[in-house]
Amino acid sequence: MTDGPLFHRDRNWHPKGFTPDYKTSVVRSPQKALLSMNTTLSEETGPVFGHEMLGDLDNDLILNFAQPGEMALGQRIIVHGRVLDENGRGVPGALLEFWQANAGGRYRHAKEGYLAPLDPNFGGCGRTITGDDGGYAFRTIKPGAYPWPNGVNDWRPAHIHFSVFGRSFGQRLITQMYFEGDPMIPLCPIVRTISDPDAVAQLIAPLDMNNTIPMDARAYKFDIVLRGRRSTLFENRMEGN
Amino acid sequence: MQKLTHIKENPSQTAGPYVHIGCVPNFCGITGVYDQDLGASMVNDQTKGDRITVTGSVFDGTGTPLKDALVEIWQADANGIYPNGDPRGDADQNFTGWGRAAGDYDTGVWSFETIKPGAVPFPDGRMMAPHISFWIVARGINIGLQTRMYFPNDPMLADDPWLTRIEHQNRVQTLIATEKTPTTFQFDIHLQGPDETIFFDV
Ligand SMILES: [Fe+2]
Repeated sequence: MTDGPLFHRDRNWHPKGFTPDYKTSVVRSPQKALLSMNTTLSEETGPVFGHEMLGDLDNDLILNFAQPGEMALGQRIIVHGRVLDENGRGVPGALLEFWQANAGGRYRHAKEGYLAPLDPNFGGCGRTITGDDGGYAFRTIKPGAYPWPNGVNDWRPAHIHFSVFGRSFGQRLITQMYFEGDPMIPLCPIVRTISDPDAVAQLIAPLDMNNTIPMDARAYKFDIVLRGRRSTLFENRMEGN
Repeated sequence: MQKLTHIKENPSQTAGPYVHIGCVPNFCGITGVYDQDLGASMVNDQTKGDRITVTGSVFDGTGTPLKDALVEIWQADANGIYPNGDPRGDADQNFTGWGRAAGDYDTGVWSFETIKPGAVPFPDGRMMAPHISFWIVARGINIGLQTRMYFPNDPMLADDPWLTRIEHQNRVQTLIATEKTPTTFQFDIHLQGPDETIFFDV
C-alpha cells in the first residue's frame, strides 16, 4: 500500500472565489468553473525543507527583528499545535511561515498606510518546521486589530497569517488564525467569505492555559489540517496498467 | 452507524496584501531575519538541463496587472523526476524544482530562472508533455489558484493525457506559454475575461 491521489478539496468548506462583500475578489475570482482533475505526480510531489535551514530565532517574533537587548512590544503569546492530514496523521517536516501586524495593528510594509506606529523591534515574520509528530510552536506578540479599505468601516480581527507546505504541492495552503473570544471575527468580510460556521470555528485558536508559561506568555493552540491522500489498496495495481 | 474518522482541511483565507512579509521578507525590505527569501533560486552552476526564464503577469478582470500577487512553481528536473516525493528515483541534486516570486510592485511582472522540465507520467503510465505547475495567491484571491504552463510547439501536446481531458479545447491555449526568445517563455495569467486561464480543482 502506498500513498495515492490527494483527497479532493471540499469547495463548500473553503471560501468561494467570488465573494462580493470582500470587494477585491470581484475582479480577481475566476468566472469559469474550475476544471476538476485527479491528482498526478505533479500535484502529489512537492518541495520539502530541512530543519538545517532554520535560524535560531526564526520561530521567535519577539526577538528575531529586535535590536540587541530589546524586545517587541505587546502581549506575549506562544502559538502551538500540530499539522495533520485529513486522515488525522501528524505531518512531520512541514514548513510553516507566519506573518502578522504588530501589537498596534500595523504591518511593516511599504503599501501599509495605517496611522498606528511601527514597532522598531518587530518585523512580523517567522517560520518553523514541524517535528516527528507534526508539532510546532512559535513565540510572538498578540497582533492588533486594524482597519482596511473595503467598506467604510471594516476592521480585521486580530489574526496571524499562515503559509503551509505539506509533502505535496497540491496541499499548499494559506490561511489565517483568529483568537478565541474576539468580537470582531463575525463582523469581518474576509472571515465571512467562509460560509460554514464550523469552518470558521476551525480557524479560531482557543486560549490554552495549560501551556501558558506563568509570569511570561499565554498560549493559544492552533492545529492545521492539510489534504489527505487515498491509500492505493485496489488501484494502480501492476495488472491494471 | 460508525463514524468516519476523517477530519476537515483548514479552510483557506486570502494571502492579503502583506503576503510578502511572511513569504519574501527580504523582497519587501525586512532584512536580517532570513539570509535570503525561500524559492529565490532554483538552479546552480551544476544543474543539468536547458536554462530558461519563465516570466509573466497576472491580470484581473479589468485587464490590470496585479502588483501584489505571489506566484509559486513546481516542476520536474530535466529527466522528468520530481526533486521530492517521486517514487521513481532521485532527481538532480542541483535542482530544487520549486520557485517563488512576487510580482514587481510597479509592473506586476514576476520571473523564474529555471530549466526546461522533462516529461512526467500520468497515473496510467502515458507521458504528459513537459509542464510547470503554478500556484497563485494574492489579496482578493480567497483560495490559491492552481494551473499549469506548457511549452509551445511541443509535439507531445496533442496527445497529452491531461490536456486532452479538457472539454473546451479552444481554452487549452491559455495554458501554453509564448516563446519570446529561444530561452524565454512568457506565461500571462488572466483571472477573468475572454482569455481566462484554465484553473484546476486538483
Ligand atoms: Fe492581515
